[in-house]
Amino acid sequence: MDTLDLTNDKTTEATKMTGKETLILEARNIYKTFPGTIANADVSLELHRGEVLALLGENGAGKSTLMNVIYGLYTQDSGEIFLNGEPYSINNPHDAIAAGIGMVHQHFMLVPVFTVLENVMLGAETCRGPFLNKKAAEAKLRQLEKSFGLEVDPHAIIEELPVGLQQRVEILKALYRDVEILIMDEPTAVLTPQETKELFKIMRRLTERGVSIVFITHKLKEVLEIADRIIIMRRGHVVGSATPAETDEHGLASMMVGREVILEVDKLPAEPGDTVLEVKQLNVHDANQLHSVKDCSLSVRAGEVLGVAGVQGNGQSELVEAITGLRRYNSGEIWIDGKRMPQEKPRVLVENGMAHIPEDRQKHGLILQYPLTSNFVLCNYYREPYSRHGVLNAEAILKNAEALIERFDVRTPSAETSAGDLSGGNQQKVIVGRELSRDVSLVIANQPTRGLDVGSIEYIHQTLIDMRDAGVGVLLVSSELDEIMSVSDRIAVMYRGEIVDVLDARDANREHIGLLMAGHA
Amino acid sequence: MISETVKRGPFSHINWKLWRSVILALLILAAILFFNARNPAETRAVLRSTLRYAVPLILGALCGIFCERAGIVNIGIEGQMLLSAFTSYMTNAWTGNLMFSLFVGMVTGSIVGLFLAFLSIKLKLNQVIGGTVINILAAGITGYFYQVGTTTKGKFASIPLGPLADIPIIGPLLFNNPPITYIAIVLVIVSQIVLFNTRWGLRTRAVGEHPRAADTLGVDVFKIRYLNVLIGGVMAGLAGAFLTLEGVGLFERGMTNGRGFIALAVMIFGKWNPISSAMAALFFGFANAMQTQLQFMGIQIAHQFVGMIPYLLTIIVVSGFVGRSRAPAAEGIPYEKE
Repeated sequence: MDTLDLTNDKTTEATKMTGKETLILEARNIYKTFPGTIANADVSLELHRGEVLALLGENGAGKSTLMNVIYGLYTQDSGEIFLNGEPYSINNPHDAIAAGIGMVHQHFMLVPVFTVLENVMLGAETCRGPFLNKKAAEAKLRQLEKSFGLEVDPHAIIEELPVGLQQRVEILKALYRDVEILIMDEPTAVLTPQETKELFKIMRRLTERGVSIVFITHKLKEVLEIADRIIIMRRGHVVGSATPAETDEHGLASMMVGREVILEVDKLPAEPGDTVLEVKQLNVHDANQLHSVKDCSLSVRAGEVLGVAGVQGNGQSELVEAITGLRRYNSGEIWIDGKRMPQEKPRVLVENGMAHIPEDRQKHGLILQYPLTSNFVLCNYYREPYSRHGVLNAEAILKNAEALIERFDVRTPSAETSAGDLSGGNQQKVIVGRELSRDVSLVIANQPTRGLDVGSIEYIHQTLIDMRDAGVGVLLVSSELDEIMSVSDRIAVMYRGEIVDVLDARDANREHIGLLMAGHA
Repeated sequence: MISETVKRGPFSHINWKLWRSVILALLILAAILFFNARNPAETRAVLRSTLRYAVPLILGALCGIFCERAGIVNIGIEGQMLLSAFTSYMTNAWTGNLMFSLFVGMVTGSIVGLFLAFLSIKLKLNQVIGGTVINILAAGITGYFYQVGTTTKGKFASIPLGPLADIPIIGPLLFNNPPITYIAIVLVIVSQIVLFNTRWGLRTRAVGEHPRAADTLGVDVFKIRYLNVLIGGVMAGLAGAFLTLEGVGLFERGMTNGRGFIALAVMIFGKWNPISSAMAALFFGFANAMQTQLQFMGIQIAHQFVGMIPYLLTIIVVSGFVGRSRAPAAEGIPYEKE
């Protein structure tokens, strides 16, 4: 309760500062429970006209739930929502849209096979009688695009657009409905740093025109950069509020996680041993016979982390897929633990001590419909003790799952819960648990912390370092330069399918690597 | 960049498709004229039989299109057609009123459609099972209640559309038909416009592709699904009524004889698009008419082989010429609100 009072003090202060008439949206004492969890407990917030309010919290802190309540996707158990000072009941998205509330969902709500225009129109069609008036709609869309600087071809098909542009379409969808309040749920999770910068410019342009933005995130740097005010949530409660001027990353992180957080990874110098992975002159072609990976050579030794830096789409995914047996390569050699691995199946590689934390944890890392018990034995279900004479041993599988849930701190209602029902951070912990609990000599981690919150990132980084210290070779691929710099011992920079340079992490600097990543050798 | 703009330019893409269709249409026309010059009676017979065989397929495919575009798999078209054929026949036998019988057939189709919608939307039953239930139910009910020996006072006669019916070749073929055939032709065009140029169509397609996206924009997913399955039911009802009121004039047990399933193939062949599906249905009808005609002509090939022609052609065309066709993404998945 005391933390709540703090919030109230701050908000009244803000009201005094900005004047009562600017208050546009207010949520008072929202409670929302789901079977087994309290998602929102006595949550209140105020949103003023033309501000960016950041809602900061870890995955599962209740940020998205609160916003889904405001957008009418969920109905609160108790609590009220006020719009321009009037109580307003929002029972479905239709009410929210009518009230001028728009939402950019974390997983885009776009029909992939529709054009941009069709997606923007859907639900708020510009019509002549029952017929769509595509010309008028297009004119209105182009007008919006021009005035907000959000250029997208109205006739482009959504699935052919990069995510950055898809997000623009989501924003345009909201603007097409004349929103006054825009809720953005983790909008930067899928963006590259450049796209994020662009998004922030757009957000500023929106607020200049009186749109109020609720920005949901768990990225501290971004909050400090863009927010006018910050509200921090933890485990369903509002635990504090701040402005960027009066706080810093450490302050925010400890409020968010509820304890001191180490943002820098603490590690001793590496003690490299024998080479565990050697890639020689690897070439991978894509479907159009173009080089995805070109003459790539690298080696990872036991007890070191080799980071592969690069802007996304420069062949990192193909490189990892070739190494892990998921993609055929055209020429070159891959050696693991001194053994040549010619186009081996993933199972052979796994049996030879390779662990793989894939880029897309939902698609390639887990079977979302399966319970955790099954997901934990995907690599070795066919072996003793999990399987005897071709029959699975449920008891051993359950025991294994319970042990790993405990050891890797997976937050789940039970071992029988479907992997798809866990939060991103916990899903990643399941993968890490499965992969690293085996007897491995080489870890291939591709974007292991993408979309995760501070606590989970810290955990994953520490686990990778622990593996390194235990004498395992780690290949870390990431487009987050900070991650590469803080975890790696050596850094390989990839550009257009080639390794352009390999540097020692101790004397690498950001600017130099940034230039290499952009192709300025 | 340059190649991309060329590929995605709004005109080049359409033009290529347009030209292909124009050339195809001209080829077909040339072929018709050629055969008409050689043997007018046979040509006319083949063309008429093509259309007659195609009409129930067109209507059945339209049923499938409306259901599947909204995200409901309907493999019960066969059963819907059979039940409607039966009820419209029995109504005709009792009342002798063809228009009323047609109406009863449409109502039957839509009631069965509602049943399927209820099973798959409300009860979230596996939709393939729901459709199978309908097929089995239809075969059972009609088989049990059908009375051998009932007679009717006739079937729909052709209505010539004034001077249009006098155009050589095309006139008697297109403008001198019984009513359900006209309805089918009009419905193809109307469906095409509804699906791609109206608010209803946009929402229907959205619900079939990404129901959650539609829901977050305030579109009522359940309502759209119910109504589309209902609309589809009316189409299937028309298809069934065609068989007993316009085609054969009689009812037989199991008389749909797989047409409901062929209609589904036609729908896929036509890429869930009304006009393309109608073309596919005509193609199927043509293959069938050819095979009948060849058997009449008494050529020196075993009739079993001649009978294979439509199916062989279908396999060849579907495997070689259709190209990539993609079903609506959310098809068959019950929608659950959060």
